[in-house]
Amino acid sequence: MSKARDNILARLRARNAEKAPVDLDRTVESPDWSREERIDRFCKAMRSVKTEVHTVGRENWAKKLAELSKQKKLKNLLYAPAGPLAEPIEAVWRAGEGLPELVTREVEVDGWKEELFFDIDAAVTSTRSAIAEVGAMILWPTPEEPRTFSLVPPVHIAVVEADQLHNTFADAIAAEEWTSGMPTNALLISGPSKSADIEQTLAYGVHGPVELIVLLIE
Amino acid sequence: MQQKAEFEQRVQKALNNPQLRRNFRVAMDGLMEKRSNAFPDKEALEALRITGANIRANALVKQPELLEQLEANCTRNGIQVHWAETIEQANRIVLEIMERHQATGMIKGKSMVSEEMELNHFLEAQGNSCIESDLGEYIIQLDHETPSHIIAPAIHKSKQEIAQLFQEKHPDIPYSEDIETMTRSARKILRGKFFEADVGLSGVNFAVAETGTLCLVENEGNGRMCTTVPPVHIAVTGIEKVVEKLADVPPLLKLLTRSASGQHISTYFNMISSPRKPGERDGPTEVHLVLLDNQRSRIYADEELFDSLRCIRCGACMNHCPVYTRIGGHAYGSLIPGPIGSVIEPQKFGLENFGVLPTASTLCGACGEVCPVKIPLPKLLHRLRYEQVRNDHTGATIGQGSQRSTREALIWKLWSWAHANPAVYRGGTRLAGLLRGVVPNKIGPWTRVRTAPKIAPKSLHQLAREEGFENE
Repeated sequence: MSKARDNILARLRARNAEKAPVDLDRTVESPDWSREERIDRFCKAMRSVKTEVHTVGRENWAKKLAELSKQKKLKNLLYAPAGPLAEPIEAVWRAGEGLPELVTREVEVDGWKEELFFDIDAAVTSTRSAIAEVGAMILWPTPEEPRTFSLVPPVHIAVVEADQLHNTFADAIAAEEWTSGMPTNALLISGPSKSADIEQTLAYGVHGPVELIVLLIE
Repeated sequence: MQQKAEFEQRVQKALNNPQLRRNFRVAMDGLMEKRSNAFPDKEALEALRITGANIRANALVKQPELLEQLEANCTRNGIQVHWAETIEQANRIVLEIMERHQATGMIKGKSMVSEEMELNHFLEAQGNSCIESDLGEYIIQLDHETPSHIIAPAIHKSKQEIAQLFQEKHPDIPYSEDIETMTRSARKILRGKFFEADVGLSGVNFAVAETGTLCLVENEGNGRMCTTVPPVHIAVTGIEKVVEKLADVPPLLKLLTRSASGQHISTYFNMISSPRKPGERDGPTEVHLVLLDNQRSRIYADEELFDSLRCIRCGACMNHCPVYTRIGGHAYGSLIPGPIGSVIEPQKFGLENFGVLPTASTLCGACGEVCPVKIPLPKLLHRLRYEQVRNDHTGATIGQGSQRSTREALIWKLWSWAHANPAVYRGGTRLAGLLRGVVPNKIGPWTRVRTAPKIAPKSLHQLAREEGFENE
């Protein structure tokens, strides 16, 4: 095994001496966008790939979530009781009627994989930040809000804070100092899953969520 | 010369298939337009291409050090790194991982390196099942085909053909030619497969040395499924995919998705840096990275051909290639078709097997113009045409000199001798003028679709002299 490693590295090194280093300039200029421009670009880009974006206030986003869940006739909604969204969600659900069942399983997914795969209608998660330029959310899944929440249920509802909008992906990496420690999984998500593998025609809802709903807290 | 005859047969077959030609024409026109719309500012595009080319060139120059750094960081993060010189070794590594877990079912995300390894074939021969989960890959797997395009593997098929294929393989699903309905059917079928699979396999778009991070670009969510749901994730990649820093990723991602399909960003960009950590509730408990050489280090040794390793596999060169658009991906007979395939495949699998591919180009230059990392594809195609006929035994390309024909070499020798000797040249052109009546009307393949050229009674030199032009 390590023989393969040594052979490969030796072959690469054998001819490497004469290769001149590349003068690589990594300075990146970030666009000069205002908060409004960032919000505008983010919403526009996300909507262009069929993401349903709702701008909401800090006080009423959970109400909007309840309203949408009702409207979409969700049977249940997966959420993280120990996550950052729990309190407002629980408060609205306690007060509301005819809302989908709130589901939570604070154990390893392996134990309830079947339910997750075939019985859960929707999941709501927080996001770390987002990118205005291309319209993408950044998620660093946590033990409370695991990776499969934003992947397996047919509907993913994500809460994005407008204050956490970066201009570009490069800005996000630099400002959040990603190089000082990457999580198990970091994700950019820009819309519901899609494919153009048949005749280059876009079809939404392939293996990931069929619908992506963003609640943007202005 | 057998490869040439077989290639020509495949080309003839493709050219005589109007359905296939329509499928490619429509798809390539669409892809070209989408790319063009995604880069409205030509100056910004050029600047971004230069950045992309420099990032990739820098990573290649530092490749041995970066591979060591990648290995060290991945290992520290808990990812197990394996090295394979050949595809046999790489397949063996994957099999051993599966055996250790007593795994028999694999679900695969799209990976051209796994195609290069013929991994499905290898694992199936050992009694395992491998299911492709990318929609395009799934379609061609159902029909026992290989990809005809690196980004859109089933691009050669029309929706009617796919509908019939679904009907044949899944008779329980109602027949439909509606693309969204077919897509949903595939979702339903494959959901169960993700759920059951013991091992998930994926490729890698960029491997970041600085942090030990594996990056995957995708739209369908199958890549995330394969790397999240099964207990074991195996990523296979070529050694050239390593980049130095995390900051190198955004420009490359921008170039990749826009060049490939005109998207400003893919639906998902999935960055994996470790297996499931204690306390985390999902994700694979083991992540393996298989680094495959398979002749890449040989390509690396050549000062000029080295540039072909910059490729980020966007497919723009094939989308813009007039030859690819007309003959389609399968006619090439290689795993990767189009201009980049014609450069890489002969270097990996030998000019004696794929030497004909560099000739499947008009050298129009479109591929070189659109390449997001500025690979000089026309120059490299030209270089490989030279490699296959040179006979000085000093090149490093496999099968060097294998397409050399004594007759052709003699003709060129005569040609250069005649052009270096004015008396011979003059005598020759005069003789040709005199014999113009006896030039045959049929000259091999040339006259199959063209009329035979007629030699003028007087040469250009002669006419010029008669007009009073002086030679000196």
